[in-house]
Amino acid sequence: MLIKLTGGIVYDPASGIDGQQQDIYIRDGRIIAKPADAVVDKEYDLKGKVVMSGAIDMHTHIGGGKGNIARTLLPEDHRQDPVHRSDITRSGCGHAMPSTFVTGYRYAEMGYTAGFEPAVLPNNARQAHMEMGDIPILDKGGYVMLGSDDYLLRMLTAKKDQKAINDYVAWTMTSAKAIGVKVVNPGGINAFKFNQRKLDLDEQNSHYGVTPREILRVLATAVKEIGVAHPLHVHGCNLGVPGNVQTTLDTIQGIGGLPMHLTHIQFHSYGTEGDFKFSSGAAQIAEAINRNKNITIDVGQILFGQTVTASGDNMRQHANHKHASPNKWVTMDIECDAGCGVVPFKYKDQNFVNALQWAIGLETFLLVDDPWRIFLTTDHPNGAPFTSYPHLIRLLMDRSFRNDVLATIHPEAQKMTTLASIEREYTLQEIAIMTRAGAARLIGLKDRGGLSAGNWADITVYTDNADRQKMFEKPDYVFKDGQLVVVDGKVVSTKWGTTHVVKPQFDASVEKGLKDYFDRYLTMKLGNFRISDDEITEDGRGSISVHPLQGDVA
Amino acid sequence: MTEITEVPSPFCGIGTDDLTIKVDGVLLKVIENGCAVNTPAFEQPITDTHARVSGQEVSLEVAVAKAAELLKDTKLPLIGGCATDVNGMRGLLALADKAGAVIDNMNFTGARNNFLALQDSGWMNTTLAEVKNRCDLLLVVGTDVEAFAPRFFERYLWNKESMFLDDTSSREVIYLGRAPSGTASTSPTGKAAQVLPCAIEDLPEVIAVLRALVKKQPIRVTSVAGIAVADLQAIADKLLAATYGVVTWGAGALAFRQAELTVQTLSEMIKDINNQNTRCSGLPLAGKEGDQTANQVCGWTTGYPARTRFSSGYPEYDPFLNETKVLLENGEVDALVWVQAFNVNAVPPETSLPTIVVGRSGMTFTKEPDVFIPVGTPGIDHAGHAYRMDNVVAIRLKKLRDSGLPSTAEVLNAIEHAL
Repeated sequence: MLIKLTGGIVYDPASGIDGQQQDIYIRDGRIIAKPADAVVDKEYDLKGKVVMSGAIDMHTHIGGGKGNIARTLLPEDHRQDPVHRSDITRSGCGHAMPSTFVTGYRYAEMGYTAGFEPAVLPNNARQAHMEMGDIPILDKGGYVMLGSDDYLLRMLTAKKDQKAINDYVAWTMTSAKAIGVKVVNPGGINAFKFNQRKLDLDEQNSHYGVTPREILRVLATAVKEIGVAHPLHVHGCNLGVPGNVQTTLDTIQGIGGLPMHLTHIQFHSYGTEGDFKFSSGAAQIAEAINRNKNITIDVGQILFGQTVTASGDNMRQHANHKHASPNKWVTMDIECDAGCGVVPFKYKDQNFVNALQWAIGLETFLLVDDPWRIFLTTDHPNGAPFTSYPHLIRLLMDRSFRNDVLATIHPEAQKMTTLASIEREYTLQEIAIMTRAGAARLIGLKDRGGLSAGNWADITVYTDNADRQKMFEKPDYVFKDGQLVVVDGKVVSTKWGTTHVVKPQFDASVEKGLKDYFDRYLTMKLGNFRISDDEITEDGRGSISVHPLQGDVA
Repeated sequence: MTEITEVPSPFCGIGTDDLTIKVDGVLLKVIENGCAVNTPAFEQPITDTHARVSGQEVSLEVAVAKAAELLKDTKLPLIGGCATDVNGMRGLLALADKAGAVIDNMNFTGARNNFLALQDSGWMNTTLAEVKNRCDLLLVVGTDVEAFAPRFFERYLWNKESMFLDDTSSREVIYLGRAPSGTASTSPTGKAAQVLPCAIEDLPEVIAVLRALVKKQPIRVTSVAGIAVADLQAIADKLLAATYGVVTWGAGALAFRQAELTVQTLSEMIKDINNQNTRCSGLPLAGKEGDQTANQVCGWTTGYPARTRFSSGYPEYDPFLNETKVLLENGEVDALVWVQAFNVNAVPPETSLPTIVVGRSGMTFTKEPDVFIPVGTPGIDHAGHAYRMDNVVAIRLKKLRDSGLPSTAEVLNAIEHAL
């Protein structure tokens, strides 16, 4: 079957193509060069349409226990957004934390074809993969969480060398079927179990004597030395704490030039100026990002309305529980491995802090120069549900719209932001970088996020519209692996995406120490902990795509 | 004959995965690390290998076709039991969605005590490895832990070593409400648990007073439900003095009206303790009859726990109205599908409705169902996944033998496709 997409205006930053008219050919799920004399089986006339590759959400909480706790916690939220079944789609629920099937449909209906769960606890990795296994259409993958696990902290206390840590990190990634490594409140989740209620960058864990700065250094080094494309994915210390802009700047400085991704940086960009002792640190953060080329960020934009925050950071979530709306919340300590905290939030435009958070996120987007190093996220569902992305894109691309909204938020917050004076409007190419080419490059996906021959045919077609929200919320067509899955913003067919992983090598002797540790202290045998490939593929719909490591011979 | 080691169990709820099982054809014998719950569940012999329609042996295809025919024109079929593995629940939910059925896990009425508390105010909980390494005080409320899971204490309290306690035998165990049925909670050095019994239905009052004492509220009475307030004060003091206290209860064991309020009082008390500069966590006991598995899979598939109906074309959760007993008594449903892959003794409720049983081989009936399809047991006849009590760890179940029995998922998927 040969498909031809004719005459669309193509935005493909991976190939340096910025709004040029081009035809695209698809065969066997992949984009191919123009064939010499083959007969086109199906042609789509895309004259005047905007063509991009399928969007990739590089940080979205779509799989794992905390998300399911969030679902269970909020039946009243689901009841406001029931989703009917159809002949081709399953029923479910939407809004803040949608059901798995609805997650897949709604992402696809916005032109997204991949999503990555950033907080896969090793002990909960099976659940993360099983939930993602029930998300149709999308490709998926996960970043495995380390840094508060007792095994690593014991290694640091015992002064194990970097090689031993690399082996442990590689073993964990392979066992948990991950494509990246994340650290959440480095060592802080662990410290909370010892009743520490805060942990600064240079503050010691009371039991291990290890600091977050040390944890970040060894993990960032491990990720780099193992050759994982995605830099260490960091949810820093002091999330949400006024004054944490300094922590974030110190974190950037402290990593010493190693590649590092700072996630939902909006929540880590707060100063203490002004009458309310809460101010924007976005300008300082953006300046640091612009200067330090080893750093990438995603924003974690908040948008006003009801949502639920689900995080591995039980220390900070416990501290934030007094803001829970509705007033119910969950924290858990988990398996000498990690933790979680689930707190419903209602961000209000007339609340000074929330209004300034909104402005801080937008300032960050607009003040960071390089779209290849900044990514569009709301930290779904923590800042807002992913379904708000088209609205967020309009805020970035349309200054007058942005200023209209700005004029409606809490007046004191308006005085505390420079947003009104920022003239920048994102271009379509910059949006395509942030949500496609840049994300694929950041994660290390070798054949996604681009439209040149050889890429999988994940393609989204939009009708150009000055109202960018309308444009991005209803693509004309979405193709996933060459299959037409969405027409006019509605799912017309479904399929199963693949699970993206890396399989780094490690010294097999690493399992000696781990087996002893599992037998003595954990609740599961080492052999029962490792996730096998067939757990993802045995139901006949999952598949695994292994991506190369840096230094691999292609 | 082979021996399989490190076998995980889907039966006990606490994720034991150190069993050694001897496999001789289709006969299993637990030869190491068995217990009163796991050993009989693994050793249950296969009796039925063929499906039956109206008591007559038929092929699987005929039975599936008959099941689909029975479901075809129903207005509201009920899928009860819901006791299977993750893939079985996936198949069950796909069938329910298509058939417009109502589903109800057989343990939900107990679990409801937890869900109502969780959905109203939340909680702070922990998991088994944290208990094993950190817990210095265990308060057991209204529940006989060792009857529930015989190896709980051996595995998670009296473990020889822990990372953060010098001597695990110095841990303290207190029973409130119900006395233990045996001595599993006695420490290896012979220290018996403290037991403060009361009538189970008096627990709401006792727990309310305990929470008040934790919050340092004045209590005027000197005794509550036969327990001296001074003894409750001592428990409150110990909870506040503990480094990592853990409070456990079995939601089903709290068999009195509106026990969700007691779960809520306990959970709020735990939060109160965490606000007084120490740590404390809840640990609800569960994980039987696929309950956590059903609620997890239904949770991610629909947003709601496993007492949910699909008759409107979308999921609707109601922890009271969607109860099997209520639906049958009120005549609201017109067919019953009973899914129970773990326990031959958990038979469907008696009903005159058309009944399809997808059940573990060996199940016997006082009234033969219209269709009976014997299925393999996850973790014995096929691989699979099951959640243990702490709801975080999904254990990877192994296939131990070749019985030829189909999995729940295979049968339910076939019925769905035939619809």
